[in-house]
Parts: sequence; structure tokens; C-alpha cells
Amino acid sequence: MSKLTVRDVYKVFGPQPQKVRALIEAGRGKDEIFAETGHTVGVQAASFAIEEGEVFVIMGLSGSGKSTMVRMLNRLIDPTWGAVEIDGQDITQMSTRELTALRRRDMSMVFQSFALMPHQSVLHNTAFGLEVAGIPRSEYEERALRALEQVGLRANAHSYPDELSGGMKQRVGLARALAVDPSILLMDEAFSALDPLIRTQMQDELLELQREHRRTIVFISHDLDEAMRIGDRIAIMQDGRVVQIGTPQEIVTQPANDYVRSFFHGVDVTQVFGAGDLADPECVAVIGGRGSQAASTRAGAPAVLVADDGAYRGMVANGAADTEPDPAAPAAVRGDTDLHTLIGQVAHSDWPVPVIDEHGRYLGSVSKSALLETLNRAG
Amino acid sequence: MAASRYKVFDIDIGGYVESVVAWIQSNLGVILDAISVGIDAIISVLEDFALWVDPLVMALAIVAFGFWRVGVGFGAFCLVAMFLVIEMGLWSETMSTLALVLSASFVALAMGIPLGIAMARNDLVEQIVKPILDFMQTMPPFVYLIPAAIFFGLGKVPGVIATLIFAMPPVVRLTNLGIRQVSQEHIEAGLAFGCTPRQLLTKVQLPLAMPSIMQGINQTIMLALSMVVIASMIGAGGLGNTVLTGIQRLNVGLGFEGGLGVVLLAIILDRITQTFGARRGPGLFTRVGRLLTQRPTGTS
Repeated sequence: MSKLTVRDVYKVFGPQPQKVRALIEAGRGKDEIFAETGHTVGVQAASFAIEEGEVFVIMGLSGSGKSTMVRMLNRLIDPTWGAVEIDGQDITQMSTRELTALRRRDMSMVFQSFALMPHQSVLHNTAFGLEVAGIPRSEYEERALRALEQVGLRANAHSYPDELSGGMKQRVGLARALAVDPSILLMDEAFSALDPLIRTQMQDELLELQREHRRTIVFISHDLDEAMRIGDRIAIMQDGRVVQIGTPQEIVTQPANDYVRSFFHGVDVTQVFGAGDLADPECVAVIGGRGSQAASTRAGAPAVLVADDGAYRGMVANGAADTEPDPAAPAAVRGDTDLHTLIGQVAHSDWPVPVIDEHGRYLGSVSKSALLETLNRAG
Repeated sequence: MAASRYKVFDIDIGGYVESVVAWIQSNLGVILDAISVGIDAIISVLEDFALWVDPLVMALAIVAFGFWRVGVGFGAFCLVAMFLVIEMGLWSETMSTLALVLSASFVALAMGIPLGIAMARNDLVEQIVKPILDFMQTMPPFVYLIPAAIFFGLGKVPGVIATLIFAMPPVVRLTNLGIRQVSQEHIEAGLAFGCTPRQLLTKVQLPLAMPSIMQGINQTIMLALSMVVIASMIGAGGLGNTVLTGIQRLNVGLGFEGGLGVVLLAIILDRITQTFGARRGPGLFTRVGRLLTQRPTGTS
């Protein structure tokens, strides 16, 4: 079962949304519906499932409905139609009381402009969710201090928000969300207000926190670099519709439409891909291993030697003649090698560069032309 | 008379008001008496206390308060102001006015802040209350004196009531405005962490609206002070009475002295109440509470 499932969710803003349903189903555009009825279609026909422990990024330009979408996950905005299920329970059917309990127990949120309480110390801001839930002071202070420790702000516990920099404020926002130990973390453009250097730093810290304790994170962003860095999967929204869901690699290599393509115009693909993503098993002939392709080796063309268990043994200059690894062949690189390093290896070698996984098994090779093609596609 | 040509319906608004006032007077006597007793209790306690304390002790307490809340310079100003009031022979009048202003303000705030909260939470309440506030603020203050005197006779009680009606609108408006100005993200943060509507009000909306509410309290106290001269016309006494006597006898000196007393009191009340609007840092009660609950470190 997925942690969080969104089924056919719509949000229409306006006094009589039922009037608009037929127009949406007839496929009329958002602007057209607004001109005709004065109703704004925030989100339409959104369906997706988020798995436990996944970082799910919802991306889109402003007005694409991504902020509305994330607010429907904890019902800060009520969906007009459709269901939002958390651990199989439909939250749209919950009473106010159940909803409050759910918000205290299972989910917390980080906001773009931090939304800290200026009259309270960092410690009390961090403890906000615990205090609201009625946890006694001695316990909430201790838990808040632990959360502050996780974001490296324990020393600032008795400062006030206006004494902190933007990055520190958002760390308090993050600590406030972590203090209640939620299974779901909603982050609404959480790092967008920070300057680029601090933003990258916060992304790294978030990934580090994920390594220590995996939570389900729904992250809203308009920045593809950010989405690529932290997202396990990305959903792209356009005019209230989810137009594509996929891993960062899938989105870059198979964009669903021009809107999606326009996002990574100029995106740094070296952040997205590792050597493993580019490794092509067909690039170089393989000798040995299961399904030996010795027959396909051409005289004079290089080939890869693979042991029976798939382990990489080396390369030979002439696949038809040689059987022992050639010492002049380039060293194999691991699949998680980033493209910056890979570019150097490929550039300095006359051979395609072989790629292996963490167990030493051969994955494929990267040729100069394949690498250039990838860099060009996203450029 | 050109306009009288169009006077067809003979609407006697003044007559209606008179009959309403007469009806209230004859039918709601119990309520009027209860209000009168309540207000009288508040002002008597305050005034008796202010006059019972030795003037020197009271003056030094005010100086110390100004010094603590505002600063050294203002403490010095308070010292000079208290000296002048005593030397002008207006001490008891000043204390009486202070008691009147504080009791009128107290009642105005006790009614005005909840009303402002209700306005902020409900658009219909806002639509109803806003024109009433406009009416209260634009009606010339002298007009309140007449029904106040009819309902409550002459003296301090009608003075307080006329004053509180005149002084209440700012705190109502600024409470409403302050709560409505709390940013959407703060509200969302409160709700997202599981606030009930009541917690949202007490933990998010009111604290964030506090600078605005404090400004409203300050404005209400200032308006109450400006009403005391007018209220003295129905026997509210105090510094207003000194000014009124000055006017009646065309005694410039006496009028100026009374006026100066009002100004000095206004400055002191204004500066001190403004310091409560500052947003950051724990308040007095929190600080004292912390001193009491935290054990001294190092010695165990």
C-alpha cells in the first residue's frame, strides 16, 4: 500500500463548483472556464501514489496548481472532488477532530517564508506542534532541543527569529516540522526564498536527514535543479493537471510535452546523470559471461571481457583476436560516478570507458559520441 | 424656506430618540442601575487608592515605572512632570482624572477587544459593527453627555460612560485589523500543526496582532483623556473641572494649568503604553516567572 494516494482530485475555486464539472470534462481550458463562469480551476484530475520513504517533488510554474495540490494533502484546502488517502484512510471524509489529530500525529509542513512566530524563542517555535498537541513542557522542550540539534541550531535555542539569517530561520522551520516526528513532511517551496548557496546546502542537509531517517517527503518546487537533486520521483504540473510523473532521468530523457521540455532548458545534466545512466551494453561487444556475443565482435574493434558471473575482467583492442585484457585499456568506473569525472575519463581515452556496478559487474560502456549526445540533448 | 417646501413626511427623528430614551429610562431601570453600580465600583476603587497613597510615594512610583519601561530620559521627564503637578496644586485633580481615564479605558478594552475579535472572525459582524463605530466616532462627543446624564445622573459614572463610548472605537478597529492582517502562511502554519480554532486565536492570531492591538489600546487611552474635559461638564471632576472653571471665569492662568496637567498625563500614559506594543522578547510576567521557576545554576 502506498503511503499517500491521491485519486482523481479536483479543486475549483468559486461559489458553485458543480457548474464547472461538465466544462472541465468537456476538456475546456482553464482560462476559458474562468472567462465563462468566474470559477478558477486550481487542480484537475490529479492522481498519483507516493511510496513510504520517497522524496516526491511536485514541480510547475506559478499558477500550475502545485501549492494548491500540497495543501489538499493536509486539507488546508479541501478538495472539491476526489480522495486523498493516507495509509489507506481517506482524509477528505474525516471530521475536524480526526483531521486535527492527523495533523498533529502524521504530518507537518515547512513554508516558503518560514512562518515562524516572532514573539517566541527559537526553542518555542520549534516546540509549536508539540505544545499545541498538549505535550507537557518538560517533554516538548527536550524534543524541540533534539530537533534543533538535528539542524545544527541547538546553540541558538534562546534566540528570537529576527536575530537569525534566512537560512537559519528555515532550519528552525524544518526543526519545527521534525520535532513532531511526522511520517509525512510537506515542504512548500521550502528553500525558494534562500540564496543559491544556502539553498544547495539545505538540500544536502535534507538528503542527509533522509539518510538517517527516511520519511515520506512531498516537496514543492519550481526549480528543476532542486527537483533533480532531491527528488526520487518528480510530478510535473501544468494548468492544474499532472502532465508527467517519473524519475529525474525519465523526465529528462522522455519529456511528455514541450512544457516539460522547457523546464530543463539549460539545466545542468551533470547533476542528473551518473555514469550508470549512460552506460550502454550495446556500445562495445562483450566476450564471455552469459550469452556470449563473441560472434558479433568485429576484427579490429575493441571488446569487453566478462567473467561467467558477469564480473568485468578488462578490455581488448581487437575483439576477434585478443583474449587477455589489454593494459592500455581505461580503468572501469563505478555506475554512481558523476558526469564531471566521467567527462575527463572519456576525453582522455581512445577507448569507450567501461562502467561497473558496486559488485564489479559490467553494466555497459560510454563512448565519446554517447556522452556528447546526452550533454547536447539537455543543453 | 426653500427646503421646507419638500418636507412632506414630517419625520421627527429627535422625537423618536427622546421616546426611546424615555422608554429605556422607565423600563430598563434595573439594568441601568446595575451598570451604574459596576462602573461606580471600578472608579471608586481606583480613585480612592490613587488619593489614599501618599503623593510622594505615588509620584515616585510613576517615575520609576517610566524609567523602567521607557528609559532614563523619560524617567527624568516624569520626575519634572510630577513636580509640576504637585507645585500647581493639582495633585488630587490629576489622580481623579487618571482614575477616570483608566476605568473608562478598562471598560472600553474589556468590551472592545472581544468585539474586535468577533469582527475579525466573522464578516457579518464586521459589516454590522463598522457603521456603528463610524457613528460613535463622528458624532460630536458633547451629544453623548445628554443621554448619559439622563440615564445616570450627574457625576463620575456618566462621565466614565460618555468617555468609554467615545474612546472605544480605535481598539475595536485595530484589534480587528491586526487579526485580519496576520499572514496567510502563519494561519496555515497554525492549522498544519494541528491548532484548534481556539488555539489558532490564542497562539497565532492574537500574539501576531498584538502590536496592532497595543496601538489600539494606546489610542483608546488617549481619546479617553481628551474626553475628560468634556465629561467634566456633567460633573466628572478632575483636571477637566479645573479647565472648565478657567473657561467660566475667563481665568487664563487656571485654564492653562489644568490643560498642562492633561498634557503631562497624556505624554506619560502615551509613552508608557507604547512600550507594550514592542514585539520582541518576553514580557514582564514571563521574565518574573522564569526567575521564579529556574533554579540558579552553579550552586547545587
